[in-house]
Amino acid sequence: MESYSKELLKTFYYKMVKIRRFEETVERYFLDGEIPGFVHLYIGEEAIATGVCASLTDKDYIASTHRGHGHTIAKGADLNKVMAEIFGKRTGFCKGKGGSMHIADFSVGMLGANGVVGGGFNLATGAALAIKKQKRDNVSVAFFGDGSSNRGTFHEALNMASVWKLPVIYVCENNQWASTTPYRTTTSVEDISLRAVGYSMASKIVDGNDVFEVYEGFKEALEYVKKGDGPFFLEAKTYRIKGHFVGDPEMYRTKEEVQEIFSNTDPIKKFTEKVLAEKLMTQTELDEIKDKVEKEIKEALDFALNSEYPDPSEIYEDLYV
Amino acid sequence: MRQITFSQATLEAMAEEMRKDENIFVMGEDIARQGGIFGQFKGLPAEFGFDKVMDTPISETAIIGACIGAALAGMRPVADMHYADFMGVAMDELFNQMAKIRYMFGGQTTVPMVVRAPDGMSSCAAAQHSQSIESWFMNIPGVIVVTPSNAADAKGLLKSALRDDNPVIYFENKILYKEKGEVPEGEYLVPIGKANVAREGTDITIISYSIAMKKAFETADILEKQGIHAEVIDLRTLVPYDKEAILQSVKKTHRLAIIHEAVKQGGVGSEIAAFVAENALEYLDAPIMRFGAPFTPVPFSPPLEKAYRLDSEKIAKEIQAKF
Repeated sequence: MESYSKELLKTFYYKMVKIRRFEETVERYFLDGEIPGFVHLYIGEEAIATGVCASLTDKDYIASTHRGHGHTIAKGADLNKVMAEIFGKRTGFCKGKGGSMHIADFSVGMLGANGVVGGGFNLATGAALAIKKQKRDNVSVAFFGDGSSNRGTFHEALNMASVWKLPVIYVCENNQWASTTPYRTTTSVEDISLRAVGYSMASKIVDGNDVFEVYEGFKEALEYVKKGDGPFFLEAKTYRIKGHFVGDPEMYRTKEEVQEIFSNTDPIKKFTEKVLAEKLMTQTELDEIKDKVEKEIKEALDFALNSEYPDPSEIYEDLYV
Repeated sequence: MRQITFSQATLEAMAEEMRKDENIFVMGEDIARQGGIFGQFKGLPAEFGFDKVMDTPISETAIIGACIGAALAGMRPVADMHYADFMGVAMDELFNQMAKIRYMFGGQTTVPMVVRAPDGMSSCAAAQHSQSIESWFMNIPGVIVVTPSNAADAKGLLKSALRDDNPVIYFENKILYKEKGEVPEGEYLVPIGKANVAREGTDITIISYSIAMKKAFETADILEKQGIHAEVIDLRTLVPYDKEAILQSVKKTHRLAIIHEAVKQGGVGSEIAAFVAENALEYLDAPIMRFGAPFTPVPFSPPLEKAYRLDSEKIAKEIQAKF
């Protein structure tokens, strides 16, 4: 392992705890009936968005999925506006027009969650095409799940990016579940990254529950892509701890099974044990970050709860320029 | 005035706008080395290079999707669909992504791109290379739809489309490519959303667009010989369509016929007819008439294809019968 600055370690912990606590809060308020629609939680996968976005700037793009809160927060979006959007308030990023599945913050290069599984591949690829045309030193990232690698968009995007040598990194969050179906029952490969070979694309597999591994794997991807040699495929192995959506009865697996896996894979637990054992951080430092996150979550919640819903007259706004 | 083809007019529009705005580029299948399947991009790579005029893989979802992504990152892409029929392949990108991004993200961004879609029947191209599918997009909020009927409008509307910050679908009829028309020299734009009263008349309003404008004129000529003075309106833009122009004309002529090459059922004519019925029924002296294709795919065999086409003699006869 390379040496990590205290600042970066703090960022890892801060981002992961922030996502976790945000999602737990959303889950609670959704179950209480305060959040409309449906939500898909990122709990258990925090290390991936955190490890990837730690190396990105606001000028780099990400395209997200329907499970997009974590990506949005990791990319640096204002927590108040994320929360308000999920509550359907006019102070949210999308003025209440998008909600959980369409959360976006273009000011930090977050090109949107996507309600269509596999909808983000081509958008990220196109953003990379723009970066190349504009001769900028940036990259574009497509987050996606194992299930969406069975969409045609995956294959069309990977081929195009490879043949045009675009600065895009495809980050597969292999959480082993395609909605309610175990991915191996519908997917021809164990490692999704094997598919990169068919597109002459460099790839790497990392432990998606280990933020250090994700960070280092992504840095390697970033260096490769910035040389101009074309796209990179990073597969992060993880496990979806929560149901496909909040309220999913999860008839397809047992609670015990999930708990057992989570006790070994929880990325925050893994991180904490490691930094304490290796004396990279102190318990006090971790607690301070936790307190800071709690304050931010409370503030975001207050902001969302106290914000107005959009007025029905706003229905026609922002359709056309 | 000089005469150039519809195809040359689109080429001029592209070249003029690409010279002005370095963010414009175009991509599609067979457009760069081949010059487009109908020659509508011939010569463009010579001036702008293969970086600005790009041959793509046969990947319609990636063509539209990548144009959207590039638009979000500051470019002004143009996608060529080869045939409008292939828009079906990229439908998610067109209607779930391109059309909705601005609205569902609360106006945070724009998607300034143009989708060029060669449509309509040519010569026995059969069911999957002959369609007119513009009405699909009248039902999808978030896109602009333009349908030029002649060379001058082809240029002026394409230039407007290239400058528009909304996603624009530009339906260009395959038969019209070779048609010559008067096109002014120099800079001009045809505004999006404005219909053109192509011929003034007093007795009936005939509304059409794209290739069917030829049938509208032919019908008007036949009716003229019978002493019926038809007003012919070219919609030019289907989304948004020019409601004011339609109402103004119908209130004057008290009769309405709509003609398009696309399937009649659920077609553009259905929307126009409903709009007029809702807003000007009391002005009408006769039922609204719609003329379009039968409710079948476009058939292949020459006699079948001929029977499928609009027939201005028949249209005129049916209109006359209502007087």
